[in-house]
Amino acid sequence: MAIRALTGSVYTDHTQAYFAVFVFALAAFGMVAAMLGLGRLIRPSRPQAQKYISYESGADPIGGFGQMHVRYYIYALLFVIFDVEAVFIFPWAVELEALGAFGLVEMVIFVGILVFGLAYAWRKGVLRWA
Amino acid sequence: MIETLAVDLAWGWILAIKTAVVLSIIPFGALLLGYVFLLKMMSHMQSRLGPMDPGGFHGWFQLIGDGIKFLQKEDITPEGADRRVFALAPAIILVSTFLVYIVIPVGPRLIVRDLDVGIFFALAVSSLSVIGVLMAGWASANKYALIGALRAAGQLIAYELPLVLATVGVVIQAGTMSLQGIVYAQQNGEIFGWGGIGNPFILTQIVGFLLFLTAAQAELTQTPFDMPVAESEIVGGYYVEYTGFRFLFFFMGEFGTAFAFAGIAATLFLGGWSVPWVDGTAADVLGPIVMLTKVMLVSFLIFWVRFTYPRFREDQLQSIAWKYLIPLSLVNILVTGILKVAI
Repeated sequence: MAIRALTGSVYTDHTQAYFAVFVFALAAFGMVAAMLGLGRLIRPSRPQAQKYISYESGADPIGGFGQMHVRYYIYALLFVIFDVEAVFIFPWAVELEALGAFGLVEMVIFVGILVFGLAYAWRKGVLRWA
Repeated sequence: MIETLAVDLAWGWILAIKTAVVLSIIPFGALLLGYVFLLKMMSHMQSRLGPMDPGGFHGWFQLIGDGIKFLQKEDITPEGADRRVFALAPAIILVSTFLVYIVIPVGPRLIVRDLDVGIFFALAVSSLSVIGVLMAGWASANKYALIGALRAAGQLIAYELPLVLATVGVVIQAGTMSLQGIVYAQQNGEIFGWGGIGNPFILTQIVGFLLFLTAAQAELTQTPFDMPVAESEIVGGYYVEYTGFRFLFFFMGEFGTAFAFAGIAATLFLGGWSVPWVDGTAADVLGPIVMLTKVMLVSFLIFWVRFTYPRFREDQLQSIAWKYLIPLSLVNILVTGILKVAI
């Protein structure tokens, strides 16, 4: 309120909208913190060394953690490509009526290039054995 | 200047009230879904009664009692775990769920904020939970948690794409991304010139609806896509090292997201809060009831599939997403685009 009094201008609709998102996110974090804080008031705390061992179905844990097969990176890569494609499709979808057939053909070419990439990955066999 | 301050003060207070109301309703929505579908509907489908004792009448207190029980459990952070990331992970999952509720409309004026990128925003923030899953898995310092987290993250991002692309068909038909705009497009639309029941997009976007439900099922890691959670019957999965209320946060996130996705599906495909001949203040009163009915209907479908099918293997799961659902959703967009331009 003080900032607005100084500048003397009204918040635009756009600023209001994302201010609402920010306030809501803050309130959501506050609610989570309150729930955990309530728990901290109620729960006991009796530290014993045996409680903090890593869980491996009751057996003694063997070795460290952190070695994973690197095959998951290909799914992340494909996801990034198609997600950016989806980001471009949304504004086109909103304005499709105004763009007409020319816009449709443009988008078909765009999606076609990316589908070609997916087909290439498919034929190369990277989509096997999750 | 005084008028400016007065207008903005009112806007601020309205936002505060809406935030408080929506944030208090979300846990009740999650509890309602959990109780009606998970405890009661699943039990009756399996020819048993489910909880009957807690609270007296058909065990309505069961989930609340579970929450109170978890609240007083000791909080254990495993040795070698990254303490801050470990603590932050369930918070991120829960906050990403809460943020979706900003754009879900339950009446012409009953929406926290009608963002003009409504559906895009909802899908974007709901995918933040993938980071929470990876954080939980890595910070647990447990190799089984890590395996579970990477599989879960792989599944979540693979099914993110059919979810997003299925809604593009609705956006093409409505001509707007704002969820209130989509509801109005359905209420005021016509089917071949007859405006009796408006134009619910489920009729023309049936493929999109089925894709959205399938992808939502996978996003919630529900059977038949619950490989990450099925691991918990064997070893753990990404929440094995969590105790007490943090453990419950994961499930609150799951049911909260189920409620949110059902709300989005009801808004995009079934017409949201709108009933054909009612608008104005009557719609503000009738809207929440209609919306709740439609959300329960969609949730019924989601949970019915959950209790019926066995789970897919991890590689079957991924191949369904990449080889069938994504090409199908792209074809759906193509056909919707052609029909929109040609007709």
